[in-house]
Amino acid sequence: MWYLTAEEEAHAAEALSSGGFFAEWAGVMLVLPFVAFLLIVFFGKRMRRHGAEFAIGALAVNLVWSSVLFFQNAVEGIHREVSWVVGEIGVFGGDRLVFELGWVVDGLSIMMFWLVSFVGLLVFVYAVGYMHGDVRVTAFFAAFSLFAGAMLVLVGAPNLVQLIIGWEGVGLASYLLIGHYWEDLDNVRAANKAFLVNKVADVGLILGAVVLGFTLGTFRFSELSVAAFDHSPELAGVAVAAGLLLFFGAMGKSAQFPLHIWLPDAMAGPTPVSALMHAATMVTAGVYLMGRAFPLFEYLASDTRGLMVAIGAITLFAAGLLALVQDDIKKVLAYSTVSQLGYMMTAVAAGGYTAGLFHLFTHAFFKALLFLGAGAVIHAVHSNNMSDMGGLRHYMPRTHWTFVVGSLSLAGIFPLAGFWSKDEILATLGYEGYTTVMWIGIAGAFVTAFYMARAVALTFWGSYKGHGHPHEAPAVMTVPLIGLAIPSIFAGFLNVPGVELGPIRNFTAWLGARVVPMGDHHAESVDWALAAVGLAAALTGLVLGWLVFSPDADTQRARDRFRIPVLYPLLEAKYFLDHIAWAIVNATKGPLARLVDWTNSYVIDGVVNAAGFLSAALARFVYGGLDQRGIDLAYNGLSQMADAAGMAARRLQTGRVQQYAAGFVVGALVLVLMIAVFR
Amino acid sequence: MILPQFLILAAALFSLGVYGLLVRRNAVMVLLAVELMLAAVNINLVAFEAALRTSQAVGQVFAIFVITVAAAEVGIGLAIVLMIFRNRQSANVDEFDLMKW
Amino acid sequence: MSFSDWISQPVNWVFLGLALAVLAAGFRVVTSQNVVHAALFLVATLAGVAGLFVLLSAEFVAWVLVLVYIGAVVVLFLFGIMITRAPTGQDVGLDNRRARPVAAVVSLGLFGVLSWTSVRAFQDTAVAGVGERTPTDILGEALLGRFVFPFEVVGFVLLAALIGGITLARRDLTPKEEEERGAV
Repeated sequence: MWYLTAEEEAHAAEALSSGGFFAEWAGVMLVLPFVAFLLIVFFGKRMRRHGAEFAIGALAVNLVWSSVLFFQNAVEGIHREVSWVVGEIGVFGGDRLVFELGWVVDGLSIMMFWLVSFVGLLVFVYAVGYMHGDVRVTAFFAAFSLFAGAMLVLVGAPNLVQLIIGWEGVGLASYLLIGHYWEDLDNVRAANKAFLVNKVADVGLILGAVVLGFTLGTFRFSELSVAAFDHSPELAGVAVAAGLLLFFGAMGKSAQFPLHIWLPDAMAGPTPVSALMHAATMVTAGVYLMGRAFPLFEYLASDTRGLMVAIGAITLFAAGLLALVQDDIKKVLAYSTVSQLGYMMTAVAAGGYTAGLFHLFTHAFFKALLFLGAGAVIHAVHSNNMSDMGGLRHYMPRTHWTFVVGSLSLAGIFPLAGFWSKDEILATLGYEGYTTVMWIGIAGAFVTAFYMARAVALTFWGSYKGHGHPHEAPAVMTVPLIGLAIPSIFAGFLNVPGVELGPIRNFTAWLGARVVPMGDHHAESVDWALAAVGLAAALTGLVLGWLVFSPDADTQRARDRFRIPVLYPLLEAKYFLDHIAWAIVNATKGPLARLVDWTNSYVIDGVVNAAGFLSAALARFVYGGLDQRGIDLAYNGLSQMADAAGMAARRLQTGRVQQYAAGFVVGALVLVLMIAVFR
Repeated sequence: MILPQFLILAAALFSLGVYGLLVRRNAVMVLLAVELMLAAVNINLVAFEAALRTSQAVGQVFAIFVITVAAAEVGIGLAIVLMIFRNRQSANVDEFDLMKW
Repeated sequence: MSFSDWISQPVNWVFLGLALAVLAAGFRVVTSQNVVHAALFLVATLAGVAGLFVLLSAEFVAWVLVLVYIGAVVVLFLFGIMITRAPTGQDVGLDNRRARPVAAVVSLGLFGVLSWTSVRAFQDTAVAGVGERTPTDILGEALLGRFVFPFEVVGFVLLAALIGGITLARRDLTPKEEEERGAV
């Protein structure tokens, strides 16, 4: 076993505890999902719930374990690192470069452990209901366990090599899950697309790891952080290059423009997959990597910030606009995720370590909630399209209310969780001097509120336009919804600037438990003026979205209601005044109605429609012109090149075993001769 | 007796096996050629044992293992050939080229 | 050691005779156009190899070879030949003629490299002769002592091969046959 040296321990921020038993053996959490995976593979089919028991059991233990760590860290701050050497290579200059596996337990990883376990557990429970009667439940839960396990390996990684192992594991599991319904060729294509786009970005991550490893002589994050904190000269030489490479890697997993294209397609998987992928695992990996390597960016590679912030800002705004024109409810949420990832990336890139990761934390709750709610709706309606929905608040009240809570939290309405985390990002951007980007963020808040209002109006309000009779989801699905709605409301209070919650302090202090101080700015108090601007943008978006989309969903029903409660009872009750009443009503209702109608259709609708059409046109241009034609074209070109190379190379595969055998013998001979000649 | 004389013999037998492996069309004949190669390997193992004289006759023990595994290999190999023959009415390896693009 | 020194040892005459027999029979195994003849030449080859094992003081292995190979494996081959209805008479289609030159070059090259390396590596290393035979009890102790685990593994492999062979070679009944059998 291999600990930090005494010198490095002393370097660690002043009074961090080593955490005791639970931190020492935190690796149990990394292993359990894989144990569950094996158990599911071997025994899953014989179990009553097709192996879901194992997956849920593993994550339940993980949740308890990480909760203990969570509170230990909240009270005293923990840093513990355990590594085993598993191999080593010689590098130029005679040094040895060791490869290690192990786990790091500090503020950042504890937060992620807990988040993955908590959201994962709820999603797993939900999936028991959602996947009931599916063709391959056992395979699904096996891949799901693998997914959670790979993410835990990733976030618990004390070094870049293990992080890459977990990173690829997450990619593999997501490939399996996106392609879960592989009978449909489109789903297979979506899985391939996700895998390949991620691979493009992974090249950046691997090159970055190689650069850092060969420069420092170690892959450990703790030593990287210490070197960055000390402004080590040899690290400073490669910091910008390594930082950009790591960021490029993060762009793929965290779906930053223009590498976001895989994410909407990844909706092909079952909805619980989308929920987990968008909330706690996979897409957060990039932001997590940026947080893990934050000292590098904070102390040495600050030159990279402009580019990273720009990419994050483009992502958050462009993706938000895309969400406006989608009919598929999961795609609305998918583009929303891209947009929110843009917020997180912008914040971390601008130097807001706590702000970005706090948004990751709150976003995990309400985005998982929204996806699970959408899943419940899809489960009931058997369609992904909002044009087949409407009026579902009558049929699915619990889903409706939790979905509204999630939407309000995502839109950033006071005092829900999303308000606080988004406000902190805006405040950080303002403080770090990215004023333009801050205004883009505020505009993004408006767009966010607008499309969420649209989604809620088209799905839950108006009249039902689908077939059959939708019904509320079973308790196994609604309980996780409620379990996620609670933190979606209250999680924001964990990090109100300047407020400490007694002995458990606040989120800033929890995340600050790292080997070196993070050095990001923490506001002393809430900037109420900025918060008000952000809130106003969100509220405007909500109201406008409501005005544009809620009548559209239910024109017919609204007219009926208008006639029945006002006009018809009037005639019925005042029978003896019918002529007068008729006269008055007849005299006034026409012109009045016309006046109201005229005002409505030309003045109010004009304003509203203009706003709506402008956004929609812009969004269509971004989606159709830039995204579909420009960026997709480049990717298609690359894949066609790979395709052509494959076509050429496949001629070698004749299928004749004996030709392979001849090649094998000749190859062995050549090897022997080479050894004899060059020895 | 010196070691190279056995090794050269084994090399010749092995090369004959390789030749048979590459030219034979009938799958049973290919398996026969593989048996030749295994016999060559056994000669090597026993000859090395005779040269080194290990205390526990390791070379001969492994020759026995090779013989055992070869017996298992023939059993399975012939069962596979039988299966293919039943499905394709042919045991010619150059007609089994499904493992390709 | 010069060739005349080598040839002056009588045991090497025996070796030479056996080696020529093994090679000739082996050559016929891979060139014979009659499948039954090829299998019978394999018997001759393996008998020669068993003789070489006796020469190398490995009597037990020699007997195992005779019993297991010649007794069982070759019989299995003959069964395989008969069941697959491989042409049993003269047959020009047994070889892939176009592959012959390539195969000849490859195997000659392999022979050259292998024999060159072994001569270079071992020069005049002497081997134990007929008189110093390995007692079988040593082999037994080694098999059930130091190598008991591989021994068990090999046993398991044989069992797996047995079951696998049965599963593969069993003919699945057609639905109609199954129905008939069920009716009885």
